[in-house]
Amino acid sequence: MLTIKVLGSGCANCKKLEAVTKQAVAKLGIEAEVVKVTEYPDIMKYNVMSTPGLVVNEKVVSSGRIPSEAEITTFLTSALSLA
Amino acid sequence: MKQTTLKLNPSPNPSLRTFGMVGAAVVLWFLLYNVIESLANWLAYTALGLGPDTRLGSSVAFFLYDVPKILLLLSGMIFLISIIRTFFSPERTRALLGGKREGLGNLFASMLGIVTPFCSCSAVPLFIGFVESGIPLGVTFSFLIAAPTINEVAVVMLFGLFGWKVAGLYIASGLVIATLAGIVIGRLKMERYVEDFVWQIQSSGSSVIESLTWEQRFTRAWESVKEIVSKVWLYVVIGIAVGAGIHGFVPEDALASIMGKTTWWSVPAAVLVGIPLYSNAAGVIPIVSALMEKGASLGTVLAFMMSVVGLSLPEVIILRRVLKPRLIAVFVGVVAIAIMLTGYLFNLVM
Repeated sequence: MLTIKVLGSGCANCKKLEAVTKQAVAKLGIEAEVVKVTEYPDIMKYNVMSTPGLVVNEKVVSSGRIPSEAEITTFLTSALSLA
Repeated sequence: MKQTTLKLNPSPNPSLRTFGMVGAAVVLWFLLYNVIESLANWLAYTALGLGPDTRLGSSVAFFLYDVPKILLLLSGMIFLISIIRTFFSPERTRALLGGKREGLGNLFASMLGIVTPFCSCSAVPLFIGFVESGIPLGVTFSFLIAAPTINEVAVVMLFGLFGWKVAGLYIASGLVIATLAGIVIGRLKMERYVEDFVWQIQSSGSSVIESLTWEQRFTRAWESVKEIVSKVWLYVVIGIAVGAGIHGFVPEDALASIMGKTTWWSVPAAVLVGIPLYSNAAGVIPIVSALMEKGASLGTVLAFMMSVVGLSLPEVIILRRVLKPRLIAVFVGVVAIAIMLTGYLFNLVM
């Protein structure tokens, strides 16, 4: 099971990223937990300086932009193959 | 701090197809850019039958020409700027600024503020990331002042409506303001007015600097063109419509007495009015350009613009999360004074 975190303090782009991520998860049909991280001290633990950030299994895969659904799918599948 | 390079795509060679598409887009852009003026005139004077000498006729032709011109300029320039920006991430900028001293560091931070992708919604994590890695407070502020002030939309619109000289002056004065204000804030030793939790944060993760292929750079640049243009086009249209109205219907020199060079209070008034106004540059510049045509002076107008885009209420509210009220006040005060001085300077010399 994957743990996915969306980092961002509730800006419009963070919500968009969360939606795209959930879509990618649903299409892949995998088991994953999508968590929102909104507090700055928690966000900064990942050393991310531009939100929204995306973290898969505690690894930062993107920051400061909304990757396409296809890109997120690649992030997820490569994380699965590592797990 | 540890840094790793992430390769997203193993093949470094851009495909011929991508370059073909970009090339075709460039050709199409130039074709369009060269026909819109005659098209606008034809639409206004022939199709709509308006006289070129009438007020309505000149307003409509002005509108029909300026809207596509500005939108084309915006798309083209944002594409270019976004490609440049794919080479600068906040992480890379932070690494570049590490170990830089005050003074030169402030200037360097201001310049990086132009090319680093920045959104005011990320101002807080960026602030924490800079300060935590040991970049001096003043240098961090230089970056935070330059990044929103010298933004791509403002520069492109100034270029489109006033020409390259005014756009260049705007960039230069933005750099000077950000550098000086950052130095002043640094000298005031305001570190204790940063919220305490900021100093306690210890980020452990290593930051990622991506290495991208040209294809990915083009895709990202195209995505930011779509994002920015879809966000600002309506402001551009409304701004130009209001500007066109002023252009056709307000008499020449109507504003000379209140926004002209000789009125000493016009610069501070412009800055004060600009702070709570948070319009993106897109809506303000067409109006401002029409005001200038009617006798407002360049210094007053630039001061107004910088105050609108560089000092905005939403950003101040966001920064309140990491700055105590006194530091917020100093930040707004120092930047406002720097903008006013620039305004006076331009009124004096131009």
